[in-house]
Amino acid sequence: MKLLASLLLCLCIPAVWAAGADMPKIDIGKGGQCVKDPQWMRKNHMRLLKHQRDETVRNGVRDEKSSLKNCIECHASIKDDSVIARDDSFCVACHRYEAVKVDCFECHSGERKSAWLQRNAK
Amino acid sequence: MSDCKINPTEINMVDLKRRSFLKTSLGVVAVAIAPGMLLFDVAHGKSEPASGKVRWGMLIDTNQCKDGCNDCVGACNKENGLSDKTGATDPQWIRKIELKDSSSGRALSLPMMCQHCEHPPCVDVCPTTASFKRADGIVLVDKHRCIGCRYCMMACPYKARSFVHEPLHDQNPDVPRGKGTVESCTLCVHRVDQGQRPACAEACPNKAILFGDLNDANSEIAMKIRSVASAQVRADLQLNPGIRYQGL
Repeated sequence: MKLLASLLLCLCIPAVWAAGADMPKIDIGKGGQCVKDPQWMRKNHMRLLKHQRDETVRNGVRDEKSSLKNCIECHASIKDDSVIARDDSFCVACHRYEAVKVDCFECHSGERKSAWLQRNAK
Repeated sequence: MSDCKINPTEINMVDLKRRSFLKTSLGVVAVAIAPGMLLFDVAHGKSEPASGKVRWGMLIDTNQCKDGCNDCVGACNKENGLSDKTGATDPQWIRKIELKDSSSGRALSLPMMCQHCEHPPCVDVCPTTASFKRADGIVLVDKHRCIGCRYCMMACPYKARSFVHEPLHDQNPDVPRGKGTVESCTLCVHRVDQGQRPACAEACPNKAILFGDLNDANSEIAMKIRSVASAQVRADLQLNPGIRYQGL
């Protein structure tokens, strides 16, 4: 029985270790939590964004709390001010890992607004 | 039995200690939460929707609009991230138009863009309700729903809409635009929602573009429309555009 338990343990440790190694490495930028906890956001951020986009475009409600622009403000990389520029950028890292295509940035800017304004000041 | 008796002064001491502990912890919690709540209050943007009591519009004084001046077009292109090109497949939100009456020889120059109709034909024909009129009269394309069929471009009597043919990069964070959708003048809705004027009105060196609320009797634009002769382009179509022209 003891032998079996130790065998199981030996098998489990590398499995857990391997799973951890496969997880995406994400540059979360400034990070922080302003809407809900990370686990909830991982599951539901798309619903918030979809609800907010209709409210903003069609009704003119520009509540910043769950706007894409506000997400980018904190989650854009401190290195390059973007959520999509590199393989480990905030949006790209997870979406690539989960193999879910993210359409937002075909139209929307993935850059922090303050950085964009600074670059386009001239 | 007497050992079990509790000293009344001891109770009071415990009560007092507990009370002061509760008081201090409440105070600490309040101090910890208050700045966060204040920050949150300051940080969230405009949470009320566009009002149906407002009707945004423009009065364009063609007497002030100078022949050859392209400043409004340039400002629009810069604000909304359009190229300055005017080819067949390049999106244009404003065009400068030169008119000449052949019999009298009188020449006019004026900017032409989406007229933000009260009864917009582009909204009537849109199969996906991507074309819509906001409560405050601004006619927009919801690009989340636009399938790029371009019916609205055919329906518009002002040729105000453009189709994005090429992939775009580095858009203004306030003005999302993308290939495969139709777009037109938004009356700079992102600026209007923040209490600013559209970029073209701000850029005009001759103050030829007056922007304001047509429904507010005390607004500058409403007073001017009451006092000077102005016209809507193709008024015969009875679309009641929000853009009016003076001296046409």
